[in-house]
Amino acid sequence: MSHGGNAHGYPTPPPSSARRVLGHAVARIEDRPLVTGRGRYAGDINFPHQLHMRIVRSPNAHGKILSVDASAALAMPGVLAVWTNADIAELSPIDFRADKNATGIREFRQPALAQTYVRYIGDPVAAVFADDPYVAEDAAEQVALAIEALPVVMSASDPPGEFEPGRSSEAIVLHHSFGDVEAAFRNAHAVIELDLQTGRHSGVPLETRGAIGVYDAAKDLLELHGAAKIPHRNRETLCRMLNRAPSSLHLHESHVGGGFGIRGELYPEDVLVLVAAMRFERPVKWIEDRREHLMCANQGREQRHRARIAVDRDGHILGIEDEIFHDQGAYIRTHGVNVPNRTMCMMTGAYKVPAYRAKARVRLTNKTPAATYRAPGRYESTFVRSRLMDAVAAKLGIDPVEVRRRNLITAQEMPYVIAFDEPGVEALEFDSGDFPALLEKALKAFGWDKLQADLKRRRAAGELVGAGVAIFMEESGRGPSDNAKIKVDPDGTVELITGGASLGQGFETVMAQICAEALGVDYRRVRVIHGQTDLIDHGIGAHAARATVLTGGAVHVTATMVRDKALEFASELLQTPADDLDIVDGMVMRRDTKGGPSIALGDLAKRLAPGSKLLRGRDPQLAAHGWYNTDHTVFPYGVHLAVACVDRDTGRVAVERFMVAYDVGRAVNPLLIEGQLVGGCVQGLGGALSEEFVYDEAGEPLSATFADYLMPTVHDVPDVEVLLTEDAPSPRHPLGLKGAGEGGINGAGGVIASAIDDALQMSGAITRLPVTPQRIRDLLRR
Amino acid sequence: MARPVPESPEPMKPAAFRYYTPKTLAEAVAVLADVASDDGRILAGGQSLVPIMAFRLAKPTHLVDINGISELARVTVADGKLKIGACVRHAAFYQPVCDGPLGKLLATVVRSIAHHPIRTRGTFCGSVAHADPASEWCALVAMLDGEMVAQSKRGQRVIAAKDYFAGIMTTALDEDELLTEVRLPLLPADARVGFQEFSRRAGDFALGMAVVTYQVVGGKIATARVGIGGAEPSPRRIAEAEAALIGKPPGATAFDAAAVAAAAAIAPLEDFHTSADYRRDLVRAMTRRALDSAAV
Ligand SMILES: Cc1cc2nc3c(=O)[nH]c(=O)nc-3n(C[C@H](O)[C@H](O)[C@H](O)COP(=O)(O)OP(=O)(O)OC[C@H]3O[C@@H](n4cnc5c(N)ncnc54)[C@H](O)[C@@H]3O)c2cc1C
Repeated sequence: MSHGGNAHGYPTPPPSSARRVLGHAVARIEDRPLVTGRGRYAGDINFPHQLHMRIVRSPNAHGKILSVDASAALAMPGVLAVWTNADIAELSPIDFRADKNATGIREFRQPALAQTYVRYIGDPVAAVFADDPYVAEDAAEQVALAIEALPVVMSASDPPGEFEPGRSSEAIVLHHSFGDVEAAFRNAHAVIELDLQTGRHSGVPLETRGAIGVYDAAKDLLELHGAAKIPHRNRETLCRMLNRAPSSLHLHESHVGGGFGIRGELYPEDVLVLVAAMRFERPVKWIEDRREHLMCANQGREQRHRARIAVDRDGHILGIEDEIFHDQGAYIRTHGVNVPNRTMCMMTGAYKVPAYRAKARVRLTNKTPAATYRAPGRYESTFVRSRLMDAVAAKLGIDPVEVRRRNLITAQEMPYVIAFDEPGVEALEFDSGDFPALLEKALKAFGWDKLQADLKRRRAAGELVGAGVAIFMEESGRGPSDNAKIKVDPDGTVELITGGASLGQGFETVMAQICAEALGVDYRRVRVIHGQTDLIDHGIGAHAARATVLTGGAVHVTATMVRDKALEFASELLQTPADDLDIVDGMVMRRDTKGGPSIALGDLAKRLAPGSKLLRGRDPQLAAHGWYNTDHTVFPYGVHLAVACVDRDTGRVAVERFMVAYDVGRAVNPLLIEGQLVGGCVQGLGGALSEEFVYDEAGEPLSATFADYLMPTVHDVPDVEVLLTEDAPSPRHPLGLKGAGEGGINGAGGVIASAIDDALQMSGAITRLPVTPQRIRDLLRR
Repeated sequence: MARPVPESPEPMKPAAFRYYTPKTLAEAVAVLADVASDDGRILAGGQSLVPIMAFRLAKPTHLVDINGISELARVTVADGKLKIGACVRHAAFYQPVCDGPLGKLLATVVRSIAHHPIRTRGTFCGSVAHADPASEWCALVAMLDGEMVAQSKRGQRVIAAKDYFAGIMTTALDEDELLTEVRLPLLPADARVGFQEFSRRAGDFALGMAVVTYQVVGGKIATARVGIGGAEPSPRRIAEAEAALIGKPPGATAFDAAAVAAAAAIAPLEDFHTSADYRRDLVRAMTRRALDSAAV
């Protein structure tokens, strides 16, 4: 029952005006339980007789474990067991996802409980199991750790230290290059070199992590509840780690209070609750507290770049060279070295760059491990690229917008391929886009020219105010495959089972819209199921802006199969050629005449029941299982524009205006895309201006509460202006779709740096994110 | 004496403690006398204490909850003083609680303390007892030379602001003393008042603040008080800044001089977000702006 989607050269899809529900800003269907307090998050999931786990965490940033004394904890009533690494000696460290190239980095994976060494404050050392979560917490405080302190490495650009005796903390050096870089720099009219840093920050979802392991010995079935993001892929990893068949291990997603790339990855705690559930034959629940979250969940973004750019006298880029110091934190987690690789491959962005060479030094430090956070590698590389472009503009005395215009890849050059010399490094194949057109539209919508005059006047009156621009590429919808199962119930309700995941982004609404459009039903009658590995065997989850494109593709293919079956069957019942039939509001009827014969989809489903006389060789049920397969990635793109005003006396930056201009190919639901773009933008502003995981020189995390980790509040952000365009539908997707999850955040660091430079009239002043008020005052005092 | 509420069988996120709910001041100080030396603490609005208990950074053995003591929930004016009882919440100051500039100043300052939900629970006296260096109320108390009324089983004493603040979260209160009341002098009708602070985000603890009042007689500043908070371990009046104002016409020259004097006079706290230089920058800016805002 599979139907391979053709991945090439789809015709231009119709605009939303020619569609019934696809492309329209309809209301979300998932909100009722969420806004009426009936959401069911990991914390709400309980099983009879469950145990609770509390982790004893390392108080040292680096050290050798001499002893763990659990006797006092074990003596407390209600405490069942205290585990150390010795209790799980056979368990492999938390593994990389199957698709991650792991050569040379496996030694840096994190054990579920520290083995011999602790490597960051918060590193799990022991696990306490008790009848009550707070008894477990009381007991965890009684576990005495003896740890011999070892020297710490707190910066990736410091000389590497030892990960373990004889093994450097520089885990790997990665390369991306193309073209003749030597010649580019040799022949350059000007070469500019910058030393830039992006600060350590991360997604901080409202819901902290949670995991509940359940083992049914009667069926030899293991379940992980509280899963998120990528249940199916995590099942693969867990099956490998626990040596179980996929059909004996199921993951279950419930409501999820935000993900942003960090929630839903596999962490030590997820594996521990499973192993414990099997060993104790009791359900085991773990819910993270906020302090743990800010010390243990994946962080990201911390990189230092020594970047060089070579240009001709007109500002055309001849070459870019970059040496990246990637602060990986204490271990390499499930993504392997995805982030430094994405940083390098996306560095040239939307520009024509004839020669490029990047080297990423992936270095371990004694901080919380780093991994993917919304727009991984892109937020970082867009910041670097934007800083380089601004520096070129300043050096050559060309307007910063003009210098960008001169270097953009044009619509005529599409599809545009960026191939790298290194074997095995995947080429980027930009599928479609008109970058110059989006830039011009954005500038016009923002009133750029008039704005320049206003800013000039305000600066002349003494204000420190300026504007910036950043242009970026996104990538989304990477294959290879996703699938969907659709069934129409006899009452006309449509059940849609996907292997997608919902982190709150509106997945259900979007999938219901795609399904409803093809099937001709009210989208509110589609029940969308996701994140349940026992209901569908494969699923791509929700990451890297994939869900709408890939799972949406599968839903489109499958809904079309159901539609075809419905029309074919109805054509027989209604004595009308299938081509003359349409499905409107769940009724199959003639296209041309109103009031002709018609039949409801539910009635067709009834007549297709197993044993029905009308089947006549057809498979029972009005149902289908379809696949969407693609070798391609689709590339949305965007422009960020911002106005920033600096308080000269305090260094505070007020972002007065922010525009996200974004071409999404085709929007399934503009309302939800706007939400994605604005939400992402606010997170991007956090990383640009205030959010930073700071550590002291001994490795103590100084940002482990919300009083110290400064996420923007509603007072700190402007009304984000969104310009959503659909000029470049992907020819590689049946609906022309591209992803939208990361377009709001990608350029935020770059554009804010540009705007602040302009406000201060100090070109190149901003070299480091976040731009805190203190850092601005330091600049002004110079 | 108040009996502890029977120990709850339910374990909880904070470390275990015994919980007391006295209904009168006398009961409260009696319980406190018994439990203070065994890490017994008062629970007022809980907006500082409970978060640090949830992190288990504080693990008091006994908690004496004073929220049920109605005699402490009053704001009164007597003898030229505003008297603020221990259970008066921040939100009580949204509207002026007394006539004249003091009521107006309190209503301005309260808007900078935390966020609305916190203001509906947290108390004025709790802030003064907690003595966070960045407490707005503490800066105001220091600037106005307020008085703290401390009650214990041993008796009552009144502590002047200059003798009260003793460093970061440290005061002259003894462990068995309950701060029953803070007294602030009413301000004359012609007093001008101003307040400004700088925090990273709205509602965050400030990195520096200035609260000022002065009177102008015959075009010259006749009396002046300049209080600086959030910059040193304790808030205090800055004599050098006040001296820079006295006898000068209110305006940019005098205000700048006072701001520069305040910035120079402090011994700034330093932390990751705020170097000494930056703290001085903020004190200068806030002093200047507070003086400006008082002028209008
Ligand atoms: C997110 C957040 C932001 C905040 N921002 C600010 C801010 O910007 N500015 C600011 O000033 N505060 C801020 N606070 C703290 C808040 O104002 C508190 O309410 C206040 O500091 C303490 O008052 P409380 O009544 O809540 O005291 P509690 O938390 O109940 O007690 C605090 C301490 O004082 C002791 N105590 C309380 N009352 C008495 C008494 N009558 N006698 C003796 N000891 C007593 C307690 O034993 C405890 O040690 C913030 C709090 C939060 C959670």
